[in-house]
Amino acid sequence: MLHTIFKLIETMPINRILILFFHPLFEKSCANKSLVKNIPVSKNITFHDLYEEYPDFDIDVKHEQQLLTDHDIIIWHHPLYWYNCPPLMKQWIDMVLEYGWAYGKKGENLKNKIIFQVITTGGDRESFCETGYDRYRIVHLLEPFNQTAKVCNMLYLPPFVVHGTYKMKEENCKKNGFIYGLFLDYLEKNNLEIAEISRYEYLNDWFSTKQN
Amino acid sequence: MIGFQQNRINMETEFLFQAIIYLAAAVIFVPIAKKLGMSSILGYLLAGIIIGPFVIGFIGQEAHSIMHFAEFGIVMMLFLIGLEMEPGKFWKMRKVFFGMGSMQLFGTILILFLGCYLLLDWNWKTTLAVSLTLALSSSAIVLQSLSEKGLRNTAVGQSSFAVVLFQDIAVIPILIFLPILATTIPETSSDINQSLISSLPLWLQAGIIVGIISLIYFGGRFLFVLLFKIIAKTQVQELFTATALLLVVSISCLMDLIGISPAFGTFLSGVVLANSEFRHELQGDIAPFKGLLLGLFFIGVGASINFQLVLDNPLFILVFGAILTLVKFTVSFLISRFYKKKTEENIVFALGLSQSGEFGFVIMSFCMQLNIVPIILANQIMAIIAMSMVSTPFLQFINERFVIPNIRINKKESEEETDVINEHNPVIIAGFGHFGSTVGRLLRANNIKSTILDNDCNQIDFLKKMGFRAHYGDATRLELLEAAGCANAKLFIAAIDDPKINLSIIKTLRLHFPNLKILTRARNRVDAYELIDHKVDHIYRETLYSAVNMGVDVLVELGFRKYTATRQANQFIKNDELTTCKLAKKRSDKMAYLTAINAEIKWLKKLLKNDLKSQQAANNHSWDGEHLKKKMAK
Repeated sequence: MLHTIFKLIETMPINRILILFFHPLFEKSCANKSLVKNIPVSKNITFHDLYEEYPDFDIDVKHEQQLLTDHDIIIWHHPLYWYNCPPLMKQWIDMVLEYGWAYGKKGENLKNKIIFQVITTGGDRESFCETGYDRYRIVHLLEPFNQTAKVCNMLYLPPFVVHGTYKMKEENCKKNGFIYGLFLDYLEKNNLEIAEISRYEYLNDWFSTKQN
Repeated sequence: MIGFQQNRINMETEFLFQAIIYLAAAVIFVPIAKKLGMSSILGYLLAGIIIGPFVIGFIGQEAHSIMHFAEFGIVMMLFLIGLEMEPGKFWKMRKVFFGMGSMQLFGTILILFLGCYLLLDWNWKTTLAVSLTLALSSSAIVLQSLSEKGLRNTAVGQSSFAVVLFQDIAVIPILIFLPILATTIPETSSDINQSLISSLPLWLQAGIIVGIISLIYFGGRFLFVLLFKIIAKTQVQELFTATALLLVVSISCLMDLIGISPAFGTFLSGVVLANSEFRHELQGDIAPFKGLLLGLFFIGVGASINFQLVLDNPLFILVFGAILTLVKFTVSFLISRFYKKKTEENIVFALGLSQSGEFGFVIMSFCMQLNIVPIILANQIMAIIAMSMVSTPFLQFINERFVIPNIRINKKESEEETDVINEHNPVIIAGFGHFGSTVGRLLRANNIKSTILDNDCNQIDFLKKMGFRAHYGDATRLELLEAAGCANAKLFIAAIDDPKINLSIIKTLRLHFPNLKILTRARNRVDAYELIDHKVDHIYRETLYSAVNMGVDVLVELGFRKYTATRQANQFIKNDELTTCKLAKKRSDKMAYLTAINAEIKWLKKLLKNDLKSQQAANNHSWDGEHLKKKMAK
């Protein structure tokens, strides 16, 4: 009995997750505080707070590349400002994804790693559409990131999005955080069906089917 | 001929033997005094007493001549002080100089004169001569202890300095005045007071004096600086030192010739040179001579105390000494109060000036020759002067340990009642000079409360008014650290100017508050090494960050884009901090090297090599299209 349990644990898929967190004013973001607080404590999940690590934008490229190498699932976790990522994240992309390491000849270090974004935004889901205030769907706005991931031979998944943070109530913040925790826990411990996941617009939508 | 040789060798060994005695005494006793928390002056004085004729007897009556020789240390000290004092600063001091200076001198003379005249059966001439002698304080003790305690630039320091300087200058009229008191002027006196010009009519004397002083002033402005420039070009270090010494010695000599205090003359030339580019070089060159000579002087004072006289009439000497100290203390205290200083300041000021000084020896010997004061009395007075000089460091020690803390506690208790709660601030800043205050201001701008420790009580009271929690005193003392709330604070910022004091604070904190996180200021790499040896993690070198910032601007001026220059600077700082850590560890294997100048050059070589490597690594190729093209073409 015990033996089979050990065997089960051994064969259980384990994904090592790297959360690259970019937020220039984290201390004032209720939604993000709740999300970050719920990140499960696990030796397989690394939370990396980049604005705290590189306040001067002087990114340690070698260190970042090592972190990427050491994980299977990479998450860019950031708020959406002006339909884009915070500047340090762009800096990170510019500096860390080097030719010859991340892409190009012999640049295969990221090959087949899974990558996606966790995004918080003030706007509602409804306004992010062709007829809405924001005119574009989130996924369309994220195309440059999608393409970046493609160039690096990574598997880019749909984003996990928390909408409406401007007027979010405390309890909703908590709820979103709670779901995020469960979601990360699931990612850590399960094999992911990429083809199936890619059919959904948001990872939230896919994950809600897994929670029942 | 052989006999002469033999004799010379004997004299040489004799000289060397003497040197060994003095140096050994200093080497043994000064560290002991320091270890006990007392000033080095006391160490020298004790060393003098012990090697003197009445304890071990290594040195005999020559103590007096040693003292005369070593008095030159005082002259050098005034030169150094002059160097630190720009003419503008000196001008600002004039009110304190004339006000406090004259009040102290005349007040003390008057009280001493009346007291002695009424209570003792001396004739009025003797009494007056003795009063004049004793009213002068010791510039050596006052100034040396001020700089040792880091009080030189505080209000107390400034006023003490002004008073002592006034006295120094007052010596000249006193020496001129004394022969008038004498009923018979013996022939032998001529070598002491008679200057080259004293036979000339008074108006001519005055003219010559004014002329020479202005000569020094303008000579300093143009001639000295020109001379130093020429010497500096030869690149021979000793020659520069020799020139500096030559300058000081010749000015003293000139002053002696016209009968003015050499100390005043060199002070003046120091002031004149204060604005020149050679200021620091001169300071560095003269300081060791000054230190050694002053030490020698204090040893001489200790050795010259005639304990036989003291034992013959202990009651008179001890009582007179005590009363003298009390009178001088009271007068200074009242003057300081009159100038509306704080109680602590009054005490520090008055205690500092409470002894009689080295000029007393000169004046007393002069009086003996003039037959104004009987020989036995004169010797007794000299013993009293020497003992009062010994007493000052002791009294200061007692004051710092027991009196000042009590005053502060009483004051604090009454203030505490008005405080709402005994708040515990998360940050303690030791030293609120330019460095500490910058940190403090940044914290305050962000609503972080900090407790401040400083040894300038005006600063403290001002800070309290501004709503800071501030404590006065020596931050190396455990009681003060406890009172500041080290047990509850999160961070301790060691920002005192003197790296040695910072280090000793850190040692105390480590021992008693192991959980307190320490961030410390370091002047330079050498300080940083020492701090790393003591396992301090957060070291902020003053000379690193601003220098690198300047380097960035230099790169920009030369055509670098600002962002690239800034990135190189960031990398440079990171790398420099890393190498400093590494080198600190390597350094301890080769401690002996450090004494040599070569060592510094060797380290610099290593650093430069390291920089080359690290900046290459820093060249990453983000945004570099050229580089990409090349790489893709491969």
